[in-house]
Amino acid sequence: MSSTPVAPAAPVTPDVPPRPRTRRPTRPRRLGPGDRLFLTVAIGIPLAALLFFVWLPALASLGLSFTTWDGIDLADIHWIGLDNYQQIFTNYPPFWPAVRHNVIWLLFTALLPTPFGIFLAYQLDRKIRFTRIYQTAIFLPMVLSLAVVGFIWEIIYNPDTGLLNGLLSAAGSSHHIDWLGNADLNLWAVLVASGWRHTGYIMILYLAGLKGFDPALKEAAALDGANGRQTFLRVVFPAMKPVNIIILVVTVMESLRAFDIVYVLGGGVGSKPGMELLSLLITDNIIGESSHIGYGSALAVVLLLVSLAAIGTFLVQTFRKEDQ
Amino acid sequence: MTTTMTRPGAGTTARHEPPRTGKGPRRQTGRHVMLAGIALLWLVPLLWAVYTSLRPYSDTAKHGYLSWPRSLSLGNFTDAWQQSGMPHFFWNSVLITVPAVLGTLLFSAAVAFFVSRFDFRWNIVLLMLFTAGNLLPAQVLITPLYRLYLLVPLPQWMSDSLLLYNSVWGIIAIHIAYQSGFCTFVLSNYMKTIPKEISEAALVDGAPVWRQFFQIVLPLCRPAFAALATLESIWIYNDFFWPLALIETGDKRPVTSALANLQGQYFTNPNLIAAGALMTAIPTLLVYFALQRQFISGLTIGSGKG
Repeated sequence: MSSTPVAPAAPVTPDVPPRPRTRRPTRPRRLGPGDRLFLTVAIGIPLAALLFFVWLPALASLGLSFTTWDGIDLADIHWIGLDNYQQIFTNYPPFWPAVRHNVIWLLFTALLPTPFGIFLAYQLDRKIRFTRIYQTAIFLPMVLSLAVVGFIWEIIYNPDTGLLNGLLSAAGSSHHIDWLGNADLNLWAVLVASGWRHTGYIMILYLAGLKGFDPALKEAAALDGANGRQTFLRVVFPAMKPVNIIILVVTVMESLRAFDIVYVLGGGVGSKPGMELLSLLITDNIIGESSHIGYGSALAVVLLLVSLAAIGTFLVQTFRKEDQ
Repeated sequence: MTTTMTRPGAGTTARHEPPRTGKGPRRQTGRHVMLAGIALLWLVPLLWAVYTSLRPYSDTAKHGYLSWPRSLSLGNFTDAWQQSGMPHFFWNSVLITVPAVLGTLLFSAAVAFFVSRFDFRWNIVLLMLFTAGNLLPAQVLITPLYRLYLLVPLPQWMSDSLLLYNSVWGIIAIHIAYQSGFCTFVLSNYMKTIPKEISEAALVDGAPVWRQFFQIVLPLCRPAFAALATLESIWIYNDFFWPLALIETGDKRPVTSALANLQGQYFTNPNLIAAGALMTAIPTLLVYFALQRQFISGLTIGSGKG
């Protein structure tokens, strides 16, 4: 799927007439047998590792998704065709909530932390003092492991000892809110923690993009009487297309893959009501007591297909440029 | 909480925007107030964790967590360090992170060299295979990987389980395979910026390809290696999904996964857990502060080229 849009682009390269690099008319020397051996080994070992540890399991997941299996004896794998998929879509109560939560996750991340990170980058890009300090403070959560982030937010959200309820009761509220236990609240609580991290990531990515931005364009816009917002929306943002694509892909992938922080904040026992996500349902089915490997794999394939849409977009955008 | 509080800030500065072009330094006070406020807000969770970890459990149990401290000490840190065997888990992390980072860099340098310096037909496909591999969700791989790890035998000296499962090697292998996608992508972009004439000159001089790789291209990539090594060390050190799934016995797990043990054991003592969590973060914080520049350029050489 991801390769089809790219494939037509590849053959185009040779006959693009005004190729700027027309040198390299003669290859200095053909590769000798020693060179070929070296290249084969140099590429062969990493490729074998990649295929064995990454692509083989990915394909095996695809295969297992058409079977029923308890995960113990290989002889017990039975082919059941599309039954798992049919079940998932029609008769698996947590599935649609999980999809909904993944979509909420994506929308939340795309609408709040991502624009906010871009906004911060835009503010920090000007020559102002202390910019390093601001950047570091906002980026710091990105350096921490998601497990650590989980524990930090645990001591904020804890209903009895947490900072949040402590502040609320100090402010006179008598409510005792179980932030992570309440199925209507916990997804949002986790999203805040995740947004805390995501903002810094986007900020740094965008800041790097802005460094390569031609300041003359901004000055020209200012001379034409554009205000700050107009300059950003009409001049800077469109010119930052490559970075915008990266940010879009990062946001989509992180939203789809969201796992660790939910796992830790959910107490490390798979999905909790209100916090179901595709990644957690897969873990539930695969690692849970009654392991339904086929079922879990079918869920994994659903996640894979959605991810491939994002991966495909990214690859096409990246490699189309490469071919030119 | 954070997001709702930051939104008004975003609104107000948008309105302060116009006078920006007149480079007056006084105009920046408003922006400094806003940025400092946001930066502080962003640090609150971390500072709260530090504060919690510095207070004795007895103090917080009596007076509540939101109270002035009667005493502050590093007691929780020494307790977490001693009681939960942290030194051992830190050592496990080193045993995993160092070889995994070196392996990832070597593998991806080789692949990047291949796809960026030679005109072979399958270059783009190869590069896509590596890049896309890094973007696959880990959950998609985990079941078959787990079975695969149970099938691959290892000699006694490598793994006392005699299998790839439950061995440090297995974790190193999946990190290398999984992470080389990202590094290959970054390094191949980087190597394309090295003029071809350099290696052509070497070819004319009769230098074999392996010498071009080791003596010309690799040394020229030093900045990219520094950036990627910083980035990958932090990522690999921070990962806890693979060890959770692929290592059965707790005592072989790296410190980030072992943190879960600590939580289970001392469930009722958040002060101790906070200390433990912060301690596992110290190495990444040190690496980050020492190599900030490399870290950030690592994140961005992948994207800058986009």
